[in-house]
Amino acid sequence: MGLSNFVFPNDVHVHWSMMIALYPYITGIVAGAFIVSSLYHVFKVEALKPISRFSLLFALAFLAFATLPLLLHLGRPERNFNIMLTPSASSAMAGFGYIYTLYGVVLVLEILFIYRPTLVELKHQTKGLMKLIYTLLTFASDDLSQRSLDLDHKIIKFLAAIGIPMACVLHGYVGFIFGGVKANPTWSTPLMPVIFLLSACVSGIAGIILVYTLIRAFRHQPIDMDCLRTTTNYLAGFFIIDFAFEMLEVFSHSYLRTWYHHSVNALQMGPLFNSFWVWQVGILSVLPLLLLGYLCLTRVKDSIYRILAPLVGLMLLMQVMFMRWNVVIGGQLMSKSHRGFTVFHPEWFDREGIVAVLIVMSLPLILLFILSKIFPFWLEDEKEPAG
Amino acid sequence: MGSIQSEPNKDRRQFIKNVLKGTITGSLLLVIPAGADIEKIPEQIPGIRGKDWDMSKQNFAFIVDITVCIGCGSCVVADQREYRVPDGYYRTWVERYLKTFDDEIFVDSPDGGLEGYQTPRKDLGKPVRDTFFVPKLCNMCKDPSCVQVCPVGATFRSPDGFVLVDSKRCIGCAYCIQACPYSVRFLHPETRTAEKCTWCYHRVRKGLLPACVNVCPTGARKFGDLNDKNSEVYKILSGPGVLTVLKKDMGNYPSLYYKGLRREVI
Repeated sequence: MGLSNFVFPNDVHVHWSMMIALYPYITGIVAGAFIVSSLYHVFKVEALKPISRFSLLFALAFLAFATLPLLLHLGRPERNFNIMLTPSASSAMAGFGYIYTLYGVVLVLEILFIYRPTLVELKHQTKGLMKLIYTLLTFASDDLSQRSLDLDHKIIKFLAAIGIPMACVLHGYVGFIFGGVKANPTWSTPLMPVIFLLSACVSGIAGIILVYTLIRAFRHQPIDMDCLRTTTNYLAGFFIIDFAFEMLEVFSHSYLRTWYHHSVNALQMGPLFNSFWVWQVGILSVLPLLLLGYLCLTRVKDSIYRILAPLVGLMLLMQVMFMRWNVVIGGQLMSKSHRGFTVFHPEWFDREGIVAVLIVMSLPLILLFILSKIFPFWLEDEKEPAG
Repeated sequence: MGSIQSEPNKDRRQFIKNVLKGTITGSLLLVIPAGADIEKIPEQIPGIRGKDWDMSKQNFAFIVDITVCIGCGSCVVADQREYRVPDGYYRTWVERYLKTFDDEIFVDSPDGGLEGYQTPRKDLGKPVRDTFFVPKLCNMCKDPSCVQVCPVGATFRSPDGFVLVDSKRCIGCAYCIQACPYSVRFLHPETRTAEKCTWCYHRVRKGLLPACVNVCPTGARKFGDLNDKNSEVYKILSGPGVLTVLKKDMGNYPSLYYKGLRREVI
């Protein structure tokens, strides 16, 4: 195949730009954070109890803004509800509205039920606006009898259990949006939903580790080392599988040496060399793997662990972001002429520009701060442990 | 295309314009008999005018004959005029292929071939063995990826085989643009909805050939009804000539056929 740098005239434009790279990034964090909570609520990993409630709120904060990048991207955002009102059954994208809404309902219900005893308690302690908020959030039900709490517990388990497949569908579906595009050789692989799902778990867990340690350090509260070490172990586990699949995709195709390989290889060795091989694979995957090996396999002092674990979390958050970039934007650089690449120029003040990306990414953190004023993140913040 | 006018002159100019418009329209109405429209142009596709509206009766096909295309770009110009296609976007375009003696392929399509290929390409510095032009347009697939992925059904396939976009329903998600293997779609910068070649559906339904077919000086673009045994496309398709489609392995089953297509063409 000769690359003579011919790009189809309509392929000059990168139609799915940064907002579409951001969207799977946000839903990935949502799905991953939910998995952390489910590890405690469903799989009874007791060590994760201190962050089990926080991770749900973390997921909610990001879920609330998952559709924002899509609305900023749509050419006609005012018609967005047509996706749910007049869906086309053959389209993978048509499922989004339903999956997203259902998952949102499950997540909100689970948070309300898990927090119910706490919220009832807070309702009695507060006055004015806060009392009204707590009354609304508890649906004015003050019943904290053992019978009622047992029922709550059953509902929580049920919601957490159906939440796992739903979180997987929410993000596996995003992977399928790309994996189902046969016209694009870098996207059309059945491994795409798997890679997206695993990287979602990685980004969610990494985000929880980073934000948990930062908040605790900022508030001068002790970090639960057992919890941090267990979470980091899970992060290592998910990341090893994730990275293995990412590399399997590359290496199996480079061995098969089909048309697919020649197309993708030219892209990864060309315009994506730095962002894929140097950053995504080298600096942000191999290095964290070595660090994770050090953290998980050797005896590391708590003081060092408290620094390295969030650092690895940050690196893996960036790894997943680079992966999203390389898939979404990188995948569109190769023209369907298979003879050349286009160039992506991010704008600063565009509707899908860099400033807009920064705003969209900071909104979940602002919401998380607001949520922290309503829902106490940590169990010891309450007089009586609950949940 | 709004022109910049200073405020005081605006009303006066507008008034003069309106008077002129009224005068011209009025006198034209006197000269041209009422009902003058596209129907007065002689029929180019038989079997459509004056017939009952039965869309499934026809089976349209488009044939591009590579061996006679001279790369003049008339088709691209006709298309731009028919649809006022914004600059930098193409419903149809013409590619120029150059093949060197080392079997290297060089392709270009400046402005989609709008200006025509009037001078040979000089930047190669290698002797050229062969050169040919390939016009591209919507393949009107029988199993179209764009229709499959459209989340709201704005892109659809009509009973007579045209893949069309309802711009009133399109939400501008650009999924169809990603899904099209032939890159014939784009997001219109003004309407912010998906657009592409329609094989001039509005003309065809009135018995006229697509604009690009109409202007092609060498007959490289052919269009017609395969159910009509007298049509040129039927004769070509039922004849012994070699006909291929683009990217056959995509499994989209295009209704756009290429005569004399080279294997180098993607």
